[in-house]
Amino acid sequence: MNTTTTRLNALRGGQPPVNHNARTLVGLSVNPGCARRALLDACGADKGTVARQAGHPWQFGQSRFALARGNAFEQQVKEYGGARLLALLRESLDLPVEQVAYIPLKSVGDSTGREQRYRQTCRALVGAARGGPDPGTLYDHPMLRLNVGGNDVYLEPDLIAFKIGDRFYIVEIKSFPVIDRQANGAQVAAATRQASIYVIALQDLFATNGLDPELVATSVFLVTPKDFGNTPIATLVDARKQISMLNRQLARMDRIDILLDLLPSGLTFDLAVDTTGVPTRPAANLAADLRRIPARYRPECMAHCELAGLCRDEARQNASLDVYGQGVVDIFGGVDTTHTALALAEGRQPSDDQAGVARTLRHAERLRAALAEGAA
Amino acid sequence: MSSLAALARLHATRQGRAERLRQVRHHHLVDEPLVLVILTMAGEAAAPLACMVGTGRRQSTLLTVTQPRNRDQRRAFYAQLAAVILPHIRRRENTLQQLPARPGKPPRQRCADAPQIIVANHATVDYLSLVGRSIRFQGPPNTTETDPSIALLGRWLTFFAERAEYPGSSMLLPLTAQLAAHWATGQSILEDESLSKLLAWIEPPAGLTGVQAALRSENPVLFPPAGPATDPTFDAVELEPRMITHQQALASGDHLTAARTATELQDALASQLRPTWNQVWDGLALLRAIPQAARSVRRWEDDRDHFTSHSLHITRGGAPQPVHDQAVDAARRLARLERAIHMFEDEQALDDPFVLAERRTVGTAFAGVVVAREPDRQVTSAKGRRILRPRFTIRTEDPPPIARDQDLVDPERPRTIVRVREVLPEQQDMHLITVEVTAGMGSVSRPAADAVPELDELVCYTAWPSQWGAAEFPSREQTPWTHTGPSAPQTFTDLSEAEQT
Ligand code: SF4
Repeated sequence: MNTTTTRLNALRGGQPPVNHNARTLVGLSVNPGCARRALLDACGADKGTVARQAGHPWQFGQSRFALARGNAFEQQVKEYGGARLLALLRESLDLPVEQVAYIPLKSVGDSTGREQRYRQTCRALVGAARGGPDPGTLYDHPMLRLNVGGNDVYLEPDLIAFKIGDRFYIVEIKSFPVIDRQANGAQVAAATRQASIYVIALQDLFATNGLDPELVATSVFLVTPKDFGNTPIATLVDARKQISMLNRQLARMDRIDILLDLLPSGLTFDLAVDTTGVPTRPAANLAADLRRIPARYRPECMAHCELAGLCRDEARQNASLDVYGQGVVDIFGGVDTTHTALALAEGRQPSDDQAGVARTLRHAERLRAALAEGAA
Repeated sequence: MSSLAALARLHATRQGRAERLRQVRHHHLVDEPLVLVILTMAGEAAAPLACMVGTGRRQSTLLTVTQPRNRDQRRAFYAQLAAVILPHIRRRENTLQQLPARPGKPPRQRCADAPQIIVANHATVDYLSLVGRSIRFQGPPNTTETDPSIALLGRWLTFFAERAEYPGSSMLLPLTAQLAAHWATGQSILEDESLSKLLAWIEPPAGLTGVQAALRSENPVLFPPAGPATDPTFDAVELEPRMITHQQALASGDHLTAARTATELQDALASQLRPTWNQVWDGLALLRAIPQAARSVRRWEDDRDHFTSHSLHITRGGAPQPVHDQAVDAARRLARLERAIHMFEDEQALDDPFVLAERRTVGTAFAGVVVAREPDRQVTSAKGRRILRPRFTIRTEDPPPIARDQDLVDPERPRTIVRVREVLPEQQDMHLITVEVTAGMGSVSRPAADAVPELDELVCYTAWPSQWGAAEFPSREQTPWTHTGPSAPQTFTDLSEAEQT
């Protein structure tokens, strides 16, 4: 155990670490500049529980109906030993359908450890990579591993790696519909980012085994239902942008030491769980520790981070312009708070670097006053 | 966002409630709008759970589904919805009038009234578009086994959703967009998408600030989501267990339990719809209290024209809207849309000093005093004639205008059109702007008396709303079917474009 791990464990406190998955890793990239979130994630704290205990519960999540629908669609796509899926993928690449090869890397009731399963995946995929061109093989449920901030994170996706020719493709099955060849942009983006995490993990697997990471395609397959029915269609999506963005973010996690160095000693997310498993740490105390780590609240956090309630509250108390979103922040660039902005608008002498924004503010305030007069 | 609208958000925070951002309402509101609040089952593309629809706060029809994944139930739901919406549309179709010929225009027909649908938010507009797409092709014509009203409902929903893309149209209005246009809250644009949070800022309950009221309305038990998405906790705790019990009772022939759970489901769904239903009527009342903009009358005529032509298209046996716009059609639509957006923005500025002021902060309008004038200035035209081209100069503190080759007008002097000829920076953020009168100045022998404002007079110039001389593309109803047929289905597409948005 290196010192970073020890320090991260101390930061997390007595609770067991939460497992990362593609979705939580993707969450890291949504607000890359936020040290608070980076540290909570790096140490494996359960952000939902921490936020609740700190007095700012924040709920978002998927409906059970959506989860059920997702699972049902995935089962359906994988039916018949993947024959249907393989046919679909080959058709998408304009290749004739030949024999089906489907290799499940997890048997039902498999209870082997994650590391063992990861090695099994390595053997299978590395062997396949060395084995030369392939008419098409599906590897279901591979176990992948990624080092995030000095810790190994296992990714057990409901994922399929698809080898055709010399290349490996990541296949992501999602149940949002593609209607008349158009899908919800946000859902496509989220699915692509998740698949990108697997691309990175698979590249990593090959690299650590002395193989060329370029064996992994940087385009990913999204398999989704077509229109309003259940017929799956496969779409090849270019994920290069997302991959490089996530790589940057992961590299940042590797420098988590720098963030740790800045922390006051004794700071912890420990929830003081009692013998019955109930957290007992006082809300104000935990919230105070959280607030000692710099955050970067933005309204988008509300859909991506469990701490949003706490951070928004903090930003409001600081009268930060961040609560209004990027549009307002950009217009009043150089001014941080509502107080300052209003004071400048109402005539306070600006500092030199505020001259431009002060002009904008005064101009807007003059117009506003004239309108109020006219309306009265 | 303009700096004026941004500043208004800060003031809203300080004063604890929303600040008015418009003097007049730029959309028409009919006396009897059809309000529609609808919920959908999570995870499904278009599987409605329940809706509340009607023309008065106390005149609502509640429709619910006990198993949205069941196709027959879904069809029954749509048939019931059609039975409410189609007669409402039919009554407006019956107001068809003959308009007499006008110079350059043949006599034509237009409905005196048109239907208007009010929904809670943008997400509902998108959802109605999706529902329209999913049912407008249902049932081949001339078959008796399908209810033709479902496909007809789909065609009308598609029509409404397409009209809603035009910012000046009032046929299908998402209330959040309306409220957010008229009031600046002290929260983010993202939070403005929530009807209850918007209302919390506009009319906070006594003793609460906007922030406090908005925070309170984040409790999904007191303030269920306005749809179409439901609260995941409600799904897990209320909906799913009852659905399961209901299904089991049906399967085992336990009619008593089945009936009881059906009622429970209905009640649970109604409890999620009713708060939003009331909020929509509250929001509508707030909007009604704002006087209507003069130019919205013409825009509503436009809506009625579109309604009339779609109605006639259907009566004459025209085809439903095609599945996907073909490239040409899509380009036309985009061009049409862009023109409509500009037109609407320009018109609002003429009707509303708030909009005009916003434009002055971004350089699309400017105001100031006249500091020099040449009312008798003449130039020689290309044909060698002496023509009148008066000029005058305005000193302004506003950011200088961005566009030069644009017809500008002062809302107070709508008969004179000017163009910017010169912009000179002066001291202290001032600019001298020289404009030339290009229309409404009269002729050399008979100059118009009031074409040039006097010295020291206060003037304000903004874009003159025009169609930019571009010919109207034929509407889809008027395009031959050979050009609008459904495009060949494709199973494989690169979605990366969708991903960029
Ligand atoms: S909610 Fe807070 S902790 Fe989470 S990303 Fe935003 S600012 Fe960071």
